[in-house]
Amino acid sequence: MKDLILGLLLGGLFGFGLALSGMTDPAVVLGFLDPLGAWNQALAFVMAGALAVTFLLYRLARVRPAPLAAASFHWPTATVVDARLIGGAALFGVGWGLAGYCPGPALASLSASHGGTLVFVCAMLAGMVIVRAISQPRANLHPAVR
Amino acid sequence: MEAWLWAAVGGALIGLSAGLLMVLLGRTAGISGILGSLLPPQPAGDWLWRAGFLAGLVLGPLVLLLVRGQSGIGKPALGLAGMAVAGLLVGAGTALGSGCTSGHGVCGLARLSPRSLAATATFMGVALVVVALMRHVF
Repeated sequence: MKDLILGLLLGGLFGFGLALSGMTDPAVVLGFLDPLGAWNQALAFVMAGALAVTFLLYRLARVRPAPLAAASFHWPTATVVDARLIGGAALFGVGWGLAGYCPGPALASLSASHGGTLVFVCAMLAGMVIVRAISQPRANLHPAVR
Repeated sequence: MEAWLWAAVGGALIGLSAGLLMVLLGRTAGISGILGSLLPPQPAGDWLWRAGFLAGLVLGPLVLLLVRGQSGIGKPALGLAGMAVAGLLVGAGTALGSGCTSGHGVCGLARLSPRSLAATATFMGVALVVVALMRHVF
């Protein structure tokens, strides 16, 4: 119950921040990704603001033995820059550049019930499931790699 | 208020959410990861905070609608077929690349992760090229 409520509050804060910053408007996002046109630079401040605050709070978390409301930290451990990482990021970049939606803003836009948003989210879920279904058995075949 | 100032304040709130998720629950605020781990095959066991976070993400702009009278949600940029293709690419790409704008671009860069820097430079660069091609070439 504690996890559900904390998740809901933090997710709500995240969604509120996305909407306030302009990230939930594809026209704004695509305007930011278009320096050759009428460049809208404002979104650079979203990343700067988010990075600065996250950096400081992560520093705070690093010196603690455990999170305040959970048993242990789950810091990401992967360090390898490989073809899968770069290829995946490139595919993602194509989709982001086409629609102006990355995963967070797409989900945060669902309440407006635009058909295009719903189609995007369903297709995004399908893409995730397909990749997870294909890559899962490979990981099982090579347990030493994990 | 100026657009860049709203952007900075909104960004700071996103950072507050991401930072507190680590301080409180020890988790990374990567939306594609939070969502993807709930999906088959082998959904994660710790679904409560994930489901709560995603529900909050959907509800957040409605709070802004109550406060300001505008949710800040814009119209989709493409027709339905285009949105389907873009969504498929974003879903498959973030699953392959283990993260999106939030997981790599905010949380990963805040950890000074070279992996996240490589991913962020790639998806930013590719998105810039795609927008340039769509708007200025075709």
